[in-house]
Amino acid sequence: MLNPQLTKDGRLRHLLTLDGLPKAILTEILDIAAPFSEVAEREVKKLPLLRGKSVFNVFFENSTRTRTTFEIAAKRLSADVINLNVSTSSTSKGETLLDTVDNLCAMGADMFVMRHASSGAPYLLAQHLRATGRDHISVVNAGDGRHAHPTQGLLDMYTIRHYKQDFTKLTVAIVGDVLHSRVARSEIAALTTLGVPEVRVIAPKTLLPTDVERMGVRVFHDMKEGLKGVDVVMMLRLQNERMSGALLPSSGEYFKFYGLTEEKLALAAKDAIVLHPGPMNRGVEIDSAVADGVNAVILPQVTFGIAVRMAVMSMLAAG
Amino acid sequence: MTVPEVKQLLATLAEQIRPQLTPETALVGIHTGGVWVAERLHTLLGISQPLGSIDVAFYRDDYNSRGLHGKPQRSGIPFDVADRHIILVDDVLYSGRTTRAALNELFDYGRPARVDLAVLVDRGERQLPIAARFCAHTLAEPLPAGSKLSLRRDDHGNLSLEVKSA
Repeated sequence: MLNPQLTKDGRLRHLLTLDGLPKAILTEILDIAAPFSEVAEREVKKLPLLRGKSVFNVFFENSTRTRTTFEIAAKRLSADVINLNVSTSSTSKGETLLDTVDNLCAMGADMFVMRHASSGAPYLLAQHLRATGRDHISVVNAGDGRHAHPTQGLLDMYTIRHYKQDFTKLTVAIVGDVLHSRVARSEIAALTTLGVPEVRVIAPKTLLPTDVERMGVRVFHDMKEGLKGVDVVMMLRLQNERMSGALLPSSGEYFKFYGLTEEKLALAAKDAIVLHPGPMNRGVEIDSAVADGVNAVILPQVTFGIAVRMAVMSMLAAG
Repeated sequence: MTVPEVKQLLATLAEQIRPQLTPETALVGIHTGGVWVAERLHTLLGISQPLGSIDVAFYRDDYNSRGLHGKPQRSGIPFDVADRHIILVDDVLYSGRTTRAALNELFDYGRPARVDLAVLVDRGERQLPIAARFCAHTLAEPLPAGSKLSLRRDDHGNLSLEVKSA
């Protein structure tokens, strides 16, 4: 089947998921992001690549970091950015997703950045654009349900490459609520594609998908066991708002077993880096001493996120 | 056409530039060939200011139709551009579009006092009102359409000019 994210000649058309995206494209995005990160140091923090283009940020779910960094990235590329807070717009009056999109297309959209609580919503949008002959409009998935958060996965890869250079010598542990996490899925897909020899997931059974081994990871339920010797610790947020039913006894007990403390981090490699996609729940999945400690690269992740999103958008615009 | 010797061209270019140097003058090479030329000039002229470099990939006017080509390099201007005398350095001056893009990029770093252009070879056929103040060699006749004149660097760091026909 033709990968719906790629054009016939293998260039990026939409960014919907990292699962199945060729290594060459992943590497190209990281390579292009590198010179973009330098733009922040200039007096005029702007490049003309998306001049005259309109980027619509359509967020059906709350977001601060992702929406803001997408907006900054698009503005640094000189695009016009329109932010739609859909929870207060027509959808709440009963308009369907595709009707909303059609209206935005009629306003001259060149690119959609979409977040949606339903897995697959950005696919639906990309399919609809193709079916209606508007293939020139690109879609960037900014997080859909439990499915994927490709730009987060990419900025995590950029961060790892920045500090560790070579993916093929690393042991990486992903810790926490994998079951509800689109971030974890994108991270696992990217790490595997980029050749990380050992990807571990550390979580209680209730927070793991049943088929998690099939994603090519080693599963640990004991955090102290799982963190031994790892080079990269990727924390996940405990997704309270996605938690239906009693998956956990209490957040206090979760912290005791799966919260990242200095004591547990000491089991990892001495120069291990700690990532977190934010927003952090201090004292639930991560201790403040670690979050603010020397191993944490959580704020650089945010900064790198701008360059990575600039790279994705500029590649789409050139497609 | 006979391709001129790069070593001789570099010496000629350096002698043209030398009388115009001030302690504040800085060189900025345009990737990739221009950076090589700028490196040589920097040594030949004994310039004290650090060397800058620019990759115009993000400023090209044909970006929408061609996309990004190759791996863009990090631009690096390790000095304050404002109020400085800057010499942009490229290997070959042709349509003038690369120079236009480089000027746009340079001004995003600040407002220079003066910008000059130095090139090894001017192959003519400008499409924009741009001229080089320093130029070591001007082609007497235009090259056939579609042919490409560019600087090469071998494994030993030797520079040579090369013509590729379409």
